[in-house]
Amino acid sequence: MSTQNPADAVQVNSDGTVAQHADHHGHPELTFLQKYIFSTDHKVIGVQFLLTTLLMLLVGGSLALGVRWQLAWPWQSMPFFGQRFAAEGGQISPEFYTMLFTMHATVMIFLVIIPVLAGAFGNFLIPLMIGADDMAFPRLNMLSYWFMWPAIICFGMSMHFGGGPAGGWTSYPLLTALPEAAPGSGVAQTFWLLAVTFIGVSSMMGSVNYLTTIINMRAPGMTLFRMPLTIWGMFITAILQAFALPVLTAAGFMLVFDRGLAGLSGDIHTCFFTPSEIVVNNAAPTVGGGQPLLWQHLFWFYSHPAVYIMLLPAMGMVSDMLATMCRKPIFGYKPMAYSMAAIAGLGFIVWGHHMYTSGMNPALGMTFMTSTIMIALPSAIKTFNWLGTIWGGKIRFNTVTLNCIAFVSLFVVGGLSGLFMAAVPVDIYIHDTYFIVAHFHYVLFGATLFGVFGAIFFWFPKMFGRMMNERLGKLHFFLTFLGANGAFFPMHMLGVAGMPRRYADPYIHPYLEHLMPMNQFMTVSAIVMGLAQLLLIGNWIYSIFWGPKVGRNPWNANGLEWVAPSPPPHGNFEEVPTVYRGPYEYSSPLVEGRDFLPQTEVLAPSASADTDDDH
Amino acid sequence: MSRIFWCLFFTAWPILGIVVSVISPQMNWGFPDNRESATPLGERIDDLFYLILCIVTIAFIGTMVVLAYVLWKASKNEDEKGWFSHGSHNLEVIWTIVPAGILLFIALYQMDVWAIYRVRDYDLKQQNSPRLNNLVAEVIARQFEWRIRYPAPGTVFKSKKQIDDWLAKPQAGDLYTVNHLHVPLNKETLIYLKSGDVQHSFFVPEMRVKQDAIPGQNIDIWFTVNRAGDFDLTCAELCGWGHYKMRGRVTAIEDFSGFLQKLKAEQDFDGISKSAGEIAATGQTQEVTR
Repeated sequence: MSTQNPADAVQVNSDGTVAQHADHHGHPELTFLQKYIFSTDHKVIGVQFLLTTLLMLLVGGSLALGVRWQLAWPWQSMPFFGQRFAAEGGQISPEFYTMLFTMHATVMIFLVIIPVLAGAFGNFLIPLMIGADDMAFPRLNMLSYWFMWPAIICFGMSMHFGGGPAGGWTSYPLLTALPEAAPGSGVAQTFWLLAVTFIGVSSMMGSVNYLTTIINMRAPGMTLFRMPLTIWGMFITAILQAFALPVLTAAGFMLVFDRGLAGLSGDIHTCFFTPSEIVVNNAAPTVGGGQPLLWQHLFWFYSHPAVYIMLLPAMGMVSDMLATMCRKPIFGYKPMAYSMAAIAGLGFIVWGHHMYTSGMNPALGMTFMTSTIMIALPSAIKTFNWLGTIWGGKIRFNTVTLNCIAFVSLFVVGGLSGLFMAAVPVDIYIHDTYFIVAHFHYVLFGATLFGVFGAIFFWFPKMFGRMMNERLGKLHFFLTFLGANGAFFPMHMLGVAGMPRRYADPYIHPYLEHLMPMNQFMTVSAIVMGLAQLLLIGNWIYSIFWGPKVGRNPWNANGLEWVAPSPPPHGNFEEVPTVYRGPYEYSSPLVEGRDFLPQTEVLAPSASADTDDDH
Repeated sequence: MSRIFWCLFFTAWPILGIVVSVISPQMNWGFPDNRESATPLGERIDDLFYLILCIVTIAFIGTMVVLAYVLWKASKNEDEKGWFSHGSHNLEVIWTIVPAGILLFIALYQMDVWAIYRVRDYDLKQQNSPRLNNLVAEVIARQFEWRIRYPAPGTVFKSKKQIDDWLAKPQAGDLYTVNHLHVPLNKETLIYLKSGDVQHSFFVPEMRVKQDAIPGQNIDIWFTVNRAGDFDLTCAELCGWGHYKMRGRVTAIEDFSGFLQKLKAEQDFDGISKSAGEIAATGQTQEVTR
């Protein structure tokens, strides 16, 4: 567990950037408010993001349990939440049900997965892993966090006024463009669109910051191909966000204008998405020659890359964790980085696979099918390389490892089920059924969230200088894994049986009646999974105060973040670290008596000539 | 001890998953009624589904076996250190090219069915195309029902323009039903799909037919039903609070023109003259003489 003195390193390899980095000592005394609330320190902001997203995870999970309750025991009065939410007799009404699944998706995507990856771990890890003292724009960083709160408030308003948004998270017009179309299409929808815009602003500020930081503020010696894969994931994600988000923001404003200038006046409005002479619920016929499909193109042009925004950082983090826990260099570092780039590049030309049955020009279906099926290739390469990383390792079965293996193993399911939907003819049948619900839950929960759970355990010692409880961690993993598979695996069967998504009561259709027992089993699994998250939150809070204290490098890892103290002070490193090699030199034969070789360690000249290993 | 447990854990769940998948058809968790599709094209879709299922199952078993093996070996590794390897160029090449070939095959192999289903020029533009008179009905989806409009019995369409005119506005002799679409058996059926308000989707699971209805567009779909009987018609695109209850029925019958006559008689029945059944009988003879 030795960390060498970085001061030596600076002398060996100083190249100008050092002086610029070295002047961040002697910070003035900060007040409590500056230090913990309106902090510009990337680590505090990261932890703020993490806390917020964990809280939102509970909110989103509760909404999901509402959905599951209705699917298992339709129209039965709901225990516990029943008295609080539903209007009559604790029942979930159909319009309340649309609100539940809309907000479940919205909260999980916009307030949990995207901010926990980019916001929490991106913020916390990027400067630490590249050897910077903070983000390039600390104040912008703070603003990026605080822009989440207007979004959360707007989502809350959306849920409480006008019955809650009713358009699904995809918000297809005309349901969302005409306020008369549904109970929740009025003011609730306007608030929803505003909230998404706020979240977009927050993400955009984050991604600009990450890009600048990663490009400009790497420590001496930290070449692009010595960056940990986490940073590659964050970097590519930031690019995706920077290029895709403006489209969603623009589309959101177009929809707001279509709705009559944000609800100020229904008479003044545009018609981007509204065709003429449509009569909804006996309202006056619409005017204008808009096209509803335009929204779908614009929306998915953002939201398909967003799927990779929700996955690539987790892929990177899992790569780092697996290499550390298997005590092995990552298998195929460059193929791993290149395949992330390939996923991102292809990710921009596959959005049409959400629209095979939408009525767009059918010839486009063939193009999008080919690009979509080919995106499975870089995903497969990554999976094989993870298996290669475990191969021949000396594995430690702790909570981090278990979550990472779950990531790999469930990502395989999510990836393979994607092939069915990528194929246009098969997708005709399974589009908008539970098969797609199974697919994206295996990717977003099975892969991303298990990756996040692993990351929480892995970097917790760096965040708080203490370890999380292993026994509780394993129990949490065990229950979550069983619950997740019990809840999500049968969804494949429901989909093949033809059960459409977003049905408040599927059983009024005779061909779905017999699926009720399976849905009840899934709901029980989901409840187990939901309750298991209390173990995670409890463990997290308990360990902040009472976990065993640890030093700088509890996992014997190589990355730069483990050179800094735990928790790192404002400014992170005592001296600017200098990097001599990639982050995955585990079990290197160059060192005796230990199986790790930190990126900053200086070896004797004869040995160090051979260590510059980028392959 | 715990190592063995976790190795078994990650080996056991894929086995369980496969067992569940294998018993699915017997448990009636597969395609509706555990039957093949009621349309020939649907059967081809099912075949493609099973083809992908086979490829995917092999890939799944392969990766899971490898995962179990590497986990087992890595957990029993007694060496002082792990294997110091940064990867293998040859392996990377192999596991790039082989999946690429398989994936490309899947993509190309699917094209044909999609082409037949949607892309291939439906040939209505030609005068007197025999397919012009495959037009069976216009289906208008609205919150939360299916309105069906049939052309008057005996209507003959000579050009695409006549169809467009018919679609553009209701005609005097049109017949209407709600939530119940009849289609001829063993004959190609052409349907125009419209939306009266928001977006909907015409989904008949037993026929493997799905198409969204977009406000402001007429979308044509065609299929041939080769099994007589009733099929559930559902909405597959969120259309408001009552999305789940947009329940309809599609019935494939041998004597489709007879059905239209009967429908016409019911619709023309004024409540005082002959009973609907009798009108149906006379209506049919008139049709024959004309």
